[in-house]
Amino acid sequence: MKNLVLGNEAVAQGAIDAGISGVYAYPGTPSTEITEYIQRSKIAKELGIHSKWSVNEKTALEAALGMSYCGKRALAVMKHVGLNVASDVLMNMSVSGINGGLVIAVADDPSMHSSQNEQDSRFYGRFARIPILEPANQEEAYTMMHYAFDLSEELQLPVLVRMVTRLSHSRTGIDFRERRSQNGIQLPVNTDRFALVPSNARKQYKKLVRKKKKMLKSSEHSRFNQLRLSDDPSLGIIACGIGVNYVMENISENQEFYSVLKISQYPIPRKKIKEIYDHCDEILLVEEGFPMVEELLKDFFDRDKKVRGKLSGDLPPVGELDPNSVAKAIGIYQERVPEVPEIVMPRPPQLCEGCGHADLFRVIKELTPETGEKKVFGDIGCYALGAITPDHTISTLIDMGASITMAKGAADAGVENAIAVIGDSTFAHSGMTGLLEAVVDESPITVIISDNSAVAMTGAQESLAVGRLKNICLGIGVHPDHVKTIVPLKKNHAENVKILRDEIQYRGVSVILSQRPCIRLSKDLKETIKNKIASLN
Amino acid sequence: MKSNIILSGVGGQGILTIAAVIDIAALLQNLQIKQSEVHGMSQRGGAVQSHVRISDERIYSDLIPMGKADLILSVEPMELLRYIPYLNKKGWIVTDSSTFENIVDYPDKYDLFKQIKTYNNHIVVNAKQEAKKLGNSKVANMILLGAAASFLPLKEDNLIEAIRVFFKGKSQKIAKTNIEAFKVGQALAKDFLEFVF
Repeated sequence: MKNLVLGNEAVAQGAIDAGISGVYAYPGTPSTEITEYIQRSKIAKELGIHSKWSVNEKTALEAALGMSYCGKRALAVMKHVGLNVASDVLMNMSVSGINGGLVIAVADDPSMHSSQNEQDSRFYGRFARIPILEPANQEEAYTMMHYAFDLSEELQLPVLVRMVTRLSHSRTGIDFRERRSQNGIQLPVNTDRFALVPSNARKQYKKLVRKKKKMLKSSEHSRFNQLRLSDDPSLGIIACGIGVNYVMENISENQEFYSVLKISQYPIPRKKIKEIYDHCDEILLVEEGFPMVEELLKDFFDRDKKVRGKLSGDLPPVGELDPNSVAKAIGIYQERVPEVPEIVMPRPPQLCEGCGHADLFRVIKELTPETGEKKVFGDIGCYALGAITPDHTISTLIDMGASITMAKGAADAGVENAIAVIGDSTFAHSGMTGLLEAVVDESPITVIISDNSAVAMTGAQESLAVGRLKNICLGIGVHPDHVKTIVPLKKNHAENVKILRDEIQYRGVSVILSQRPCIRLSKDLKETIKNKIASLN
Repeated sequence: MKSNIILSGVGGQGILTIAAVIDIAALLQNLQIKQSEVHGMSQRGGAVQSHVRISDERIYSDLIPMGKADLILSVEPMELLRYIPYLNKKGWIVTDSSTFENIVDYPDKYDLFKQIKTYNNHIVVNAKQEAKKLGNSKVANMILLGAAASFLPLKEDNLIEAIRVFFKGKSQKIAKTNIEAFKVGQALAKDFLEFVF
């Protein structure tokens, strides 16, 4: 029997079989299962592949670079917005180049199933001037990992593998191939290229720009970029990554009427594009995410009426592609389908019954008449659901850690009673620096760390700050009298309201640790966390 | 042969177990399979669905096109209706009758089942109640799978073997109860069809 795997698991197994020595990641939908698969893998354990969670995506990518510096292969994994956090190291590691193969698997979330935007990571690849691979299906994702590490070592550049939700979270049966061994330790021959003082950086940057030629050559000849020209020149379709599936779903039985160029490796293969462009009367671009290739093909003033896609309105400009929207763009007749019956009501996600965040929200809400509306700044995690009904407690949700810094900015603006609500793992990821700023500035804000001992939204992964939160806050300089702990339970409601009220009234930084483990944690996990906290105290 | 199945329910109701058993059975039968699922925020008590595609030829899209589903199998009756635009004209709907009411404006049950009955090819079973009779409310899933089994391009033996494979890590008793549940589902569907048609 074939192995039944998610697209993400195909990436993970592909990386193991390509001979990685470590995976570095911070959980984030839709990328999480890549790392989890390696953590669960028996063979990865036997091979001593590092797979512990990182504190955020920047530290993850830096550690991956550290491993690569020593000559070993490393995989870094994150969701699209995670790459924003790691972009600092990304932009500079392309200049330094890498040593052991380094692949960054990034999962984009078009349609925002579990994200706050739908950015297209291919732009980061272009921005950093590195090769991008965009698998169309799970099997290709598996095969590509080996290829990606080879390409990385050949070009001495990080390689970005772009996944999207539907590929990451779709299962299929695939065969695995032989595994190759890991690299040994081999420090770089010349370390100057990793020391980016301006004199070295200028040399390295020139080298990077010159690598474009080699990168392009690799794309032109890549087995993942396939061109098939048809005798019928009426329509040529250029489909990137998963887009090709929706195209083939519609034309597989009538392929002779269409020319198709599948792009799964970038830089964009110019010669192949020129061939299909010259051959066909009209070109349709099918790409998931932003109209990146389409923008490059269309001239600036949009006079080239030959190119159709998202910019021309033939495909929806937002949200993910699907077989129906692509059929329409190709011009295939579709039968009318019945509508969703009116009786069906929306069922948005909500906090689980008995969730500690919900009890915390009730405490905050009770104080709203005193503190005023619109002053609770939220953050990324399950508690972000507090921004929608029925809770409607938090007013903002922007990026990891922004609750604390936005509350500080509000306090600077002269708003009283600004409150930040942040989870334990989000605090470790990006909250600590903001807290330091608030402490140094003596900002009158109340930071509530809603600590459920896990990265709950993505499936209860280990939260690195477990058992350390109080000491971190004290170490940052929050006054010991204003680091309070509450247990968010109905029976403690009155007491919790009083504590929060007192701390809101305090004209300095206070931190309230609202601590109760996520109700979805297994008994075993709860026990492990309890022991960990005990050992730390 | 191509078969498109939509599984629907509410996050946490365990539609992924049904999906996994179908996947395994299809692989045992040497068929191609693609099965998309929902992870992340929507899993928190929101509407979830899984697209399962089985074929003896290559499958391209991970998503089923509108109007092309042969079967909607739902563990919750209102969630079933959310995916009606996917159902093809000859398609079947199979659902549990037990509602999951975690929203304030959940529709009236009478109206809900009246709507379900407007689709000719439907089977409604009280899987939750039948599961309790078997002493394990978690096996409602396998009752529903049993009820829908005759609409799948999969052999009964392979489905039963797939249940065994899926519960391999658990006790023998759990696998046995799940297989029993599957058979109860088959019988319920048969009764339903004889009674209604």
